[in-house]
Parts: sequence; C-alpha cells; structure tokens
Amino acid sequence: MTKLTLGPIAYHWSAETRRDFYARIADEAPLDEVYLGEVICSKRAPFHEPDLPDTIARLERGGKKVVLSSLAEVMLKRERKATEDLVALESHEIEINNAAGLLARGKCPHRIGPFMNAYNEAAITWMAGRGARHICLPTELPVQSIRIAAQVARELGLGVEVQVFGRASLAVSARCYHARAHGRTKDNCQFVCELDMDGMPLGTVDGKPILRVNGIQTQSESYVCLLAETGQLAADGVSHLRLMPQAIDMVAVAQAFRAVLDGAMPAEEAGASLRDLCGTAPFSNGFYHGTAGHEFVAEVR
Amino acid sequence: MSPGELICPAGTPAALRTAVDAGADAVYCGFQNATNARNFPGLNFTPDELASAVAYAHSKAAKVLLALNTYPPAGKVDLWRSAADTGARLGVDAFIVADMGVADFIARTYPDMRLHLSVQAAASSPEAIRYYCENFGVKRVVLPRILTIPEIRAIRKEIPCEIETFIFGNHGLMVEGRCSLTNYLTGQSTNMDGVCSPASDVEFIRHGDGTMSSRLAGFSIDCFGCGEKAGYPTICKGRYTAPHRSDPYYAFEEPVSLNLARLLPELIDAGVHAFKIEGRQRSKSYVRSVVSAFRTAVDDIRAGRPANITDLVALTEGQKQTQGAFASKKWR
Repeated sequence: MTKLTLGPIAYHWSAETRRDFYARIADEAPLDEVYLGEVICSKRAPFHEPDLPDTIARLERGGKKVVLSSLAEVMLKRERKATEDLVALESHEIEINNAAGLLARGKCPHRIGPFMNAYNEAAITWMAGRGARHICLPTELPVQSIRIAAQVARELGLGVEVQVFGRASLAVSARCYHARAHGRTKDNCQFVCELDMDGMPLGTVDGKPILRVNGIQTQSESYVCLLAETGQLAADGVSHLRLMPQAIDMVAVAQAFRAVLDGAMPAEEAGASLRDLCGTAPFSNGFYHGTAGHEFVAEVR
Repeated sequence: MSPGELICPAGTPAALRTAVDAGADAVYCGFQNATNARNFPGLNFTPDELASAVAYAHSKAAKVLLALNTYPPAGKVDLWRSAADTGARLGVDAFIVADMGVADFIARTYPDMRLHLSVQAAASSPEAIRYYCENFGVKRVVLPRILTIPEIRAIRKEIPCEIETFIFGNHGLMVEGRCSLTNYLTGQSTNMDGVCSPASDVEFIRHGDGTMSSRLAGFSIDCFGCGEKAGYPTICKGRYTAPHRSDPYYAFEEPVSLNLARLLPELIDAGVHAFKIEGRQRSKSYVRSVVSAFRTAVDDIRAGRPANITDLVALTEGQKQTQGAFASKKWR
C-alpha cells in the first residue's frame, strides 16, 4: 500500500502556527508519516525546537510515524553540531540531507533526503550498502529514471519516496535572499523570512511570477502536482508520496491525494478540488514528464 | 607551504595547449556529453583529442584532470562509466567527481586513479569532506564558493586531503550540484545534463523604446536601458520584482565575476593547495592572459616577492568584480 507523507516545513512559520498546523495534521490528515525538523536555515531552529517533543507525541497519538530531517546545508559550527546531535538519535528514524550527517551516522539505518542527490541506481546501491533504508529521489528526476531507481531500490529492500505536491526546491545558497531583499545580511536578518509563509514571490521584469525566495532557498513559483500520476508512481514501485507543506489547507490536500490513492475518487475530481484549495498558485509536473519543470503536462491517456 | 598549483580551464584542445604553455600546473577538461558540468556546444574533447592533449600536457610536466562531475540519471550510468574507462585508458591524472555512484565505480575499478571531489558535490564541512575521503579515497576537494578564508583555514586543519578553491571567473553563488533553476525554466538539467542557462534558449529582444530584454526559454531575466550593456541571461544574475520593492532588483547577485587576486597571499597562507581558474567556455587569448598573470603572481608570492596584483585586477575587462563569500561573512 502506497504511503502518504508530509515533508518538513520549509518556511519560517511561527511556533504558534506550527503547533496549530501539526495539531490538525495529527487529528485529521490521512497521512502515514510526517517529517519534522529545520532543513533550510539553522538560525530558525531555536524558535520551534522547544515544541518538538510535544509535536512528536501529538503526531504519534494521531497514528503518524515521525521522521526527523537534517539540515540541507552544513557549514557553520552550530550546523555541524545540530547534524551530529540529530544523527545520534535512536528514538526516531532520521532523514539525512547532507553528507556531514552520513559520516556521523556510519552504517546505522537512516533515510536519504531529497538534498542528497540519489539520482541513480549506482548511488542508491552505494547508499544502501552504507545503511540507507529509504531514499527520497531528487525532485527533478524524470519518470523513466524514477522507474529504474525505484525498481533497484525496492530490490535492495529500500523505501522510495517522490515529492508529489508543493513548491520544488530549486536551489540553496550560503546567502540569504530574504535578508538581501530587505537590505540586510544573513547575520542580521532579523528573521524577515517570517513575513512570507509561502515564500517571497519574485516576478520577471515584465511581471510574470517565476520563483519564490525562502531564506537561503529558491523555490518554484508553481506547486508540483503529481495527482494524476499517483497510479503510475505506485505501479513503478514508489512506496511513499511526499506532500510539502504550503500555507494552505494541507489536511484537505492530503485528503485529495488519499482519495485518489484509495481509488475512492477519480484523479480529475480530486484535481478540481485541489485546484480550489491552492488559490492562484500554478500547478506543474514538468520535471516528472522530462520537460521544463514549470510546465504542466496533461496526462496522455 | 602551499605549492599554489594553478588549475586551468581547457574547453578545446587549442585552449589546453595555451594554458599549458602559459604555466598551468594542471588543466581540467571534459568529454562532449552530459558527463561534465560544462556540456556546451562547441566545447570539450573527443577521446582522440584527449589522447593528444594528455600527451602534450605530460610532455610539459602538466597534469590533465578529467571532469566527470555531473549526476547520472538512473538508466544512463553507463555513459559515465564508459567516460571513466576512456579517461583511465588515455592516462589522465585524476577524475573530478560528484556522484557517489560514479565515485564508487572509479574507486573500485581504478583503485590507483586519483579522485578529486568536484564543487558539484557541495561538500562544505570537514565531516562531509571526510565522508568522501574515507569512502572513496578522495585526495582533493574543490570547495564550494560559499566559505570565508578563516573558515577554509579551519577546514584545512580537520581534513586529510588537499583543498582547491576557485580564484577567478564565474561567480557561482548557488550551492553547486543542488541547483535546478535551469531545468525549471528550460527542461535541461545542470546536474544531469551539464547545462546552465543554455544558449539555445537565449533571446535578446529589442523594444520600441530602445530597451533590450534578455530572455531564457521565454522568461525575461533582465531588461537593459539604452546606455546599458546587455548581459547574458543567467537566472541567478537576473533582475526580478518583489512585492515590497518598487523596482526590479538583482534578487540573488549582480552580474559580477569572481576575482580573488588580492586574497591570493592569504589563501596560500591558509593552506589552499591549488587554485582553480574558471572558464572552459573562454577564448584562447583570455586563457593565455589570465593563466600567465596568475602564474607570475603565485610564483612571486611563494618566493616572498611582492606580487603585481594590479595586472590581475585589470583582467576582468571592465566587468564588475567581487570577492564573493571569501572576504567576509557580510556577503551572505
């Protein structure tokens, strides 16, 4: 049975927003697994880490398995320490997003996050030999490669995950573009990224929406949406489908995907309700179909 | 003391000979396919050309480093393996790799071959670098262009391999190997195809009022006034609008190039083993002037003579320069 997961929150949502968000997710969302932890900016972690034990307990009471995700960029002392502490955990499964975490984890079981660049069967085989039990494939991988990667991963006994909803991570940097947009630098950012719960929109000079800024991360303007592709993904051996949290009703998003996965609702119908939930955000599935990532390709039937 | 090796770009056989003649300790190059991160039309080497290039470089005591530094998508790994086989057969001196599957294949198949960790692997901490050293026997890491010199100095003390840093050329500001911006707009991937803002998708549109737009795959990346020189539409060097700003601005970085000439003595002192000059897409004359100027400067510094930095600073041909992340944390 294909599992539905919720990826870590990419944005700097306040502690209160997170508490409310996860309370609803725990009680109402038809999700199997939830990833927690700050993946983008180590400066944000102190704001929500104190709530982590309660959030974990709440989600587990709601029947969700909790996985803890590590930072994508590890450069500073505090980032190295945070990574080291996380991978030392034995209480929960962990998802590693930087090779620094792989070193410390050794051959102890772990998950490979989407920032680890598990693009192919050779890399996946290597990672499996070093303790990986689950791989989240890169968002830009096209269907032909997903199929081959998933087959090899399943043969090795690994779980395989693909992002099916939410903005795609397109780049990370050492520079904070949120701070830059407000005339600041990363060290004196004053957490201006908290203003944009769904990322700060960038438009082209002629007014076309194009990208979103989230601190050091650059995201797609479009929400990746592989609702119509869920059947094919499952048939190809993808075991876990990941929804990335956006500032919309994520419980309803999870319900739409669940309904399609369970065969309770046709993808067209669920797609229409998903469309209503997502406001003006365009949908895209171009990466999956091997074309420009921002494009939306209607399924050929 | 750091040997201050100069690692120079070779997009073509002619550029390779030029770089070697100008004093390169090593040149880096790639094959004409997706196995390297500068898979641009008209660049790179056929196996026959690489064979001649290796012979030429070795006759002048220079090394040839083969870039196999992209990420094979599942199903296409054989292309990378075959490139490694060819490179090993032709006697290149090292492979520059990023993908763990490619690194593992080379480490197992050619255990005597020297492995360098590409900037595309994004290893920016001692732990990440040690992971590649311990598992694949990596002998040198090319550091991401996101660290300050004090940070580089600290890393040097905690890793068992040599450090190579960029000193001149393109100022890549996204963490390399983690950027899908080009694929998002064009359908060609930097990681999988070795393509960044491909020329085939570039258009320059002259408007009625004399302004000019540069576009990539139909998206305006910048717009230039009548007096402005139109730049190449690289996504991370474009101008964009944001809701709280009245005018389009360089959301990521201005179109500047990296020039660490003034920091060269400090970098040598920090223990950087080798300096990389970017620009496999550049002309022979560019390669000649940049390589010979840096050769002289590095030799002067190592011999304790004052280096003529002014010449190096002038090399950017009027383009704006930056020291990027290297000089100060304030860049971030």
